[in-house]
Formats: sequence, C-alpha cells, structure tokens
Amino acid sequence: MALKGNLKDFNVTQLFNLVNLARKTGALTIEGRDKRAEVCFKEGRLVYASLNGQERGLIGMLEKAGKISSEQSRVIRARSRSNADKELGLLLINAGYVTQEDIVRSVRAHTLDVVYVLFTWTDGSFVFEPNKLPSEGAITVPINLENIIMEGSRRVKEYEMLQNELPDLDLALKFTERPDSRLRDINLTVEEWRVISFINPRNTIRQIAKANSMSDFKIRRIVYGLLSAGLVDLFIPEELKKVATASEAVSAPPPVKRSLILRLIDKVKRM
Amino acid sequence: MQTVKIVVTGPFNAGKTEFISSVSEIEVVSTEQKITDGAQVVKAQTTVAMDFGRITVDDDLVLYVFGTPGQKRFDFMWDILSEGMLGFVVLVDSARPETFREAKMILDRFRSYSPTPYVIAANKQDMENAWPPEDLRIALRAPSNTKVLSCVATDRQSVKNVLLELLYSILE
Repeated sequence: MALKGNLKDFNVTQLFNLVNLARKTGALTIEGRDKRAEVCFKEGRLVYASLNGQERGLIGMLEKAGKISSEQSRVIRARSRSNADKELGLLLINAGYVTQEDIVRSVRAHTLDVVYVLFTWTDGSFVFEPNKLPSEGAITVPINLENIIMEGSRRVKEYEMLQNELPDLDLALKFTERPDSRLRDINLTVEEWRVISFINPRNTIRQIAKANSMSDFKIRRIVYGLLSAGLVDLFIPEELKKVATASEAVSAPPPVKRSLILRLIDKVKRM
Repeated sequence: MQTVKIVVTGPFNAGKTEFISSVSEIEVVSTEQKITDGAQVVKAQTTVAMDFGRITVDDDLVLYVFGTPGQKRFDFMWDILSEGMLGFVVLVDSARPETFREAKMILDRFRSYSPTPYVIAANKQDMENAWPPEDLRIALRAPSNTKVLSCVATDRQSVKNVLLELLYSILE
C-alpha cells in the first residue's frame, strides 16, 4: 500500500526517519511545482536519488565529480551504445578511464547532493511505493540514513516547525533501545557531541541547553536531529513524574479493582 | 451503582462519534453542530462538547465512553472529560497525514494529565490510502510498548477489539 501525503504535513526528515526506523524498501516520489524527485531505499538505506533537471546518468556524475573531462564525456556519450549505467561503468573501468572506487564515490556524491536539496523543500506531494526499486541498469550505492537525517536537520531554519516537533524542553533524553543503533558510525558536530555527553535521566533538555549556553533554537535543532535519526528517545524525568503524581492526587480516580476490569472485559467480549 | 469511564480523543474528523456509536447501547448523546468555518469541506457537523455512549455491564456497573470535541478551539473540554478516566483511546485518521501532527499533540497532552493507560487506534484502515499502524507509530513517535491498533470505527468488532486492548492495558 502506497503512503501518500504532503511535505507541509510530513516533511522530508520525518519521511526519512520513517524509512530508517521501519527499514523500508521502496521508491519515494516527491512532486511540486516544476520539480520532481525520486529516491529509492533498500531495507532502510538510501540507494538511489534523481532530480528532474539534473543529470541522471553515470557520465554526468563522473564529469561533475571531476573524474572525466567534458571532452571525454562527449566522446563516451557519442560512442556509448548502452543506456545502462552498470554496463557503461564496466566498460569505463575496463578501458582505464576510471576505477570502481571513482564510480562509487561519484554516485554517492550525486545521491547526497540530490537528497540534501530535498531537505529544503517544504511543499509538494509525496508517494512512497513499497518494494519499487530503480531499474536493473542503475548503479546503486547503499548509504545509511542516520547521517543524512542529521545533516538535513542541521539545515532546518524554521523555528515554528521545531517548536511543533519538540514543544516541551522539560523532558529528558535517553539513548534509544534499538539494538541496531549505530552512534559510532555517525558524524556529529562538536555541539552535538556536547549534547550527547549530557544525556542523563536527571538532565532535562532545558538544563542541557543551559549547561552548554545554547539558545532554544539551537538545542531544539540538535535534539530534533538526534530524535529523527533514531538515536535518542524522549521521556519524562523522574523529578517531573513525582511533581505530577503529587498534583494528580486530587483528580486521579481511586485505584480500580482488578475484578472490575475483568467484568468489563467479559462484557465487551460478549457484546 | 458504580460508573467508570473511558475517553476517546483524537483530531477533528478522526471518527470518534462513529467509534462510540458502534459499541454504545444507547443512541450516542452527541452535541453536534453545523460547522461554520473552513472545516466544512471535510464534514458538515462536528462535536462541540462531547459524545457520550454507555455500556451497561450489570446492575452494579456501567461503563461510559466519552468522546472529546475534535476541533482545537474546544480543547478546554479535554481536561474536564479526562478527569477520573480509566484510560483513553487516541483515534487517528490513518488516511489523512495532515492530522498526524495534531494527533501527536493531543496524545502528548493527554499523557501529561496522568500516567493513565492508553492505546492508539489507527482508524479508517479500510481506506485505500490508510497508513499502516506500524508506520503511524513512527509518525506519532509513540513508544515501542504503546499499542497501535488497526481500526475501522464503523465496524463493531474492530471497535470492541480496541476497547479490549485498552482494558488489557489497564489490567497490566
């Protein structure tokens, strides 16, 4: 079943977070006025990206990366009988134009260029089609999404969006319990590492910001990135729980007997 | 006679009134009014105070099911309705991602009242564009131990299942 929506309601960071955490395979197509992008994922990793108006083929990527000259590019295009990048890549390696490493790096750089452009899009409809992958001939380079999400969140400029996503700075952070969390593989800035070093059940986000002399905007942006990359979770700190429990003493219902709930269950089952 | 209550909350047009109607033994006491703002394109009437359904267990015990008003300007009712509840259901229209942000806000607000058990019902799963419950969990940033259940509010069996899961959570 395809997932559909608009970036106004569910932005690119959230979409990548969904793909990452659910380890999805499929193609995400985003369309807006005069723009269209297709991004493919395999088991939660980015494998392919293309943007209309940009060079999609391997030759263009290699030229952009400075691995071949524009003259070489023109000659290869004129002589090439195949449109399939994989086949073309093999021919170029065998002919000594480039190495396999050159190709992997160029495709990776192109893919990242495309997705970082997407993080600036705030409007446009999207469709995620499960299990759809790029054509057989396309060269795919798997890239972990955590770093991309962190980089994307560093480019966020809208305070209102961050406030919506993270309204309460009096919550604490904890490292996610996902066993495949890969903190050691993530490229973090010094400021992000500072925040990480203060993660502790006793420290609220507000206290972490204060300790590091960070503005509300900065701490929200960093925490938003860490949350979106699936590295940390939010939780209510113990101190706040105690205060809440004390204030709820008046309004909370008296403890309900187990037998009463069992009667309710029995009734609902018989309905 | 002992009465207990469960609250059904969620964004505008999530299906709260239908949810309660599917299991209530009385015709739902619904305070619906004609919509006078832009929301009219989505539906013609909305709940301004509360929906109210009843399930009589026996002579000594009655379960009331309250639905909160979906429109944000009536959110002052949420605090009143949530007082003394056994647990709550957050109903989300799975086919309208534009409401997920509000659903998350409602979920956070209700969770802040007290550590009351709750479940999330991913409603309108019969619609073509419905997001699956597991995707909805990620979209709402719901904890991994929170139940996110498939639901079709017009289907009595589906609503019963959501209520049962909530009651099992209360029992834990």
